[in-house]
Amino acid sequence: MISRKAPLREVYVWQLPVRIFHWVNAFVITVLCITGYIIGDPPAIMHGTAPEANYWFGWVRLAHFIAAFIFVVNFAVRIYWFFAGNSFAKWYNYIPLKKKQWRGIFETIKIDVLLLSPKPVYDIGHNSLAAFTYFGLFIIMAIQTFTGFAMFCVSTNNIFEPFFTWLLFEMGGFFPVRNIHHILMWAFILFAIAHIYLVFYHDYIERNGIASSIIGGWKFINATIVKEAEKEELEQEKIKLDEKRLETIEKKIKV
Amino acid sequence: MGDKTFYQELMEKGYTRRDFLKFCGLMGAMLGLQSTGISQVVDALQTKPRKPVLWYHFQECTCCSESFLRASHPLVGQILLEMISLDYSDTLMAAAGEQAEAVRNQAMKDFYGHYIMIVEGSIPLGSPGYCTIAGRDAKSVFEEGANGAEAIIAWGNCASSGCIQHAYPNPTKTEPVHKIYSGKPIINVQGCPPIADVMAGVITYILTFGKLPELDNMGRPVVFYGRRVHDTCYRRPAYDAGLFVQSFDDENAKKGYCLYYMGCKGPNTFNSCAVIKWNNSVSYPIQSGHGCIGCSEPNFWDYEPLYSHIPYVHGIGIEATADKIGAGLTAVALGGVLAHAVVTNIQKRKLIKNQMDDLSINENEFDKDEKSNIRQQDKIDSQIDDIEKNKDIHKD
Repeated sequence: MISRKAPLREVYVWQLPVRIFHWVNAFVITVLCITGYIIGDPPAIMHGTAPEANYWFGWVRLAHFIAAFIFVVNFAVRIYWFFAGNSFAKWYNYIPLKKKQWRGIFETIKIDVLLLSPKPVYDIGHNSLAAFTYFGLFIIMAIQTFTGFAMFCVSTNNIFEPFFTWLLFEMGGFFPVRNIHHILMWAFILFAIAHIYLVFYHDYIERNGIASSIIGGWKFINATIVKEAEKEELEQEKIKLDEKRLETIEKKIKV
Repeated sequence: MGDKTFYQELMEKGYTRRDFLKFCGLMGAMLGLQSTGISQVVDALQTKPRKPVLWYHFQECTCCSESFLRASHPLVGQILLEMISLDYSDTLMAAAGEQAEAVRNQAMKDFYGHYIMIVEGSIPLGSPGYCTIAGRDAKSVFEEGANGAEAIIAWGNCASSGCIQHAYPNPTKTEPVHKIYSGKPIINVQGCPPIADVMAGVITYILTFGKLPELDNMGRPVVFYGRRVHDTCYRRPAYDAGLFVQSFDDENAKKGYCLYYMGCKGPNTFNSCAVIKWNNSVSYPIQSGHGCIGCSEPNFWDYEPLYSHIPYVHGIGIEATADKIGAGLTAVALGGVLAHAVVTNIQKRKLIKNQMDDLSINENEFDKDEKSNIRQQDKIDSQIDDIEKNKDIHKD
């Protein structure tokens, strides 16, 4: 039997809302890409029935719209979870504002993209580079949402319709908005290729249960790293408490 | 010239009151007014003096004027020319040369601040020689006219968004009216050309209500540009059924299926072609078997190709469609991923086979964070200390 001698600890990384978001998003983006492509460049599926007896293109569009609404609601929940979730789900993971994150990005490029060293980079949640690309993906998702709804404004009279009609014209009408919406679809396809491959890659070389973690939420992490992370968490908490103390003292003095 | 009312003018020309009321009813219906609104139109056209209008032509092909003169209902075109007091229109007026200029100057002086300026064509900002009138460059002629105008109507795509001369690379650096002038109400009557009845409707509205119609944020009157060609198209059922013309000479084209696959820009275009139609309401492009090209949308020439919905992407040497580039990038990504997988197996061999001697964690990394945390903590502590010391001093 081949086995590895390493002290590992189980860490609950992805909370339930994050996991639900991930899978709903994956499913819905797949539907949106396929139906969207058909809408953009309809295949020659012809039939002998009269126009009024058939509605397949209409159904494709309906599927696209339903998927789009699920996509948006799902995205909104995730945005809420940027602030309410655990430290691996919080918004600051995705925007490299700290030196540590930039260090992580360069490390990851060196080790996992350019493969310059066999020694892995250790992270508990997202690695810094992945998190940064998710930030880009979130931006693209937002753009798709806005361009999509701007085009949907002519098919609806819901309460947001005036805003999205305004937005459509502000962006230059259907011509540019359609093009942006169409071209950015490819970003999701490229992202999916890289994303799925990298899950395989990390699972294969690091064996930290990354692939199953998005189902169950748990990862296996080197014990030392977990210990250090816990220590840092405590330190951060202490700093926060002290900051609060400082604030209350300052307030008292003012009174 | 501006004193007579439209009604008086018509009576003098020998039209009957019946003709007049017909016209009012037509316009009222087009503007979407209630039946009481039509009496407002009648009232306004009977009592209000005609509006003095100066009609300017800049960089354009005069197709807007042509469209206007071919207004659908037999009377509309003629009546319209009576309805406004067209004091200056260099292509229509009998006067020419210095006489024409004199008429324009006189009209501008007489009606300063009250006339409506109609602009056909865009204004080149490149060399002044690109468009001159009576030896003066288009921009100064335009500005002179605009300064004295009550409102500016930008006729057609040229004046509203630059049309073909504004298309990339825009050699004459031409710009539409709203880009080079502000401070006066500007209304964009879009289209290349706009539908004559739409032009008539806009003028009737201004005359009747003394203000501009409701505009969208592209400056187009909502009454006429509030709905897409696609949503009013009689071939829409074929679209929803997925019945598309695959080439212009196929069986489906004969059956009158949807032209979406042939690049019809009806879904992109706000206009009332499918409702009002053209040439005495005989037909409109889609009905005649050709897709809409989107001529009432800004910069429609730049969104190639005309006969497909998949966008061209410029600026990478050759023109390629977005989908070809996307598919290419996908292939590259797949290739890259494959190569990466191969190299991984070579480079990370030791890690994969569990033969790494040194899997230790670089603790220095954590030390750095720890140190910065400690520094932060110390800073706060010293601040608290300082405050407490000060407190003691005050107490003393």
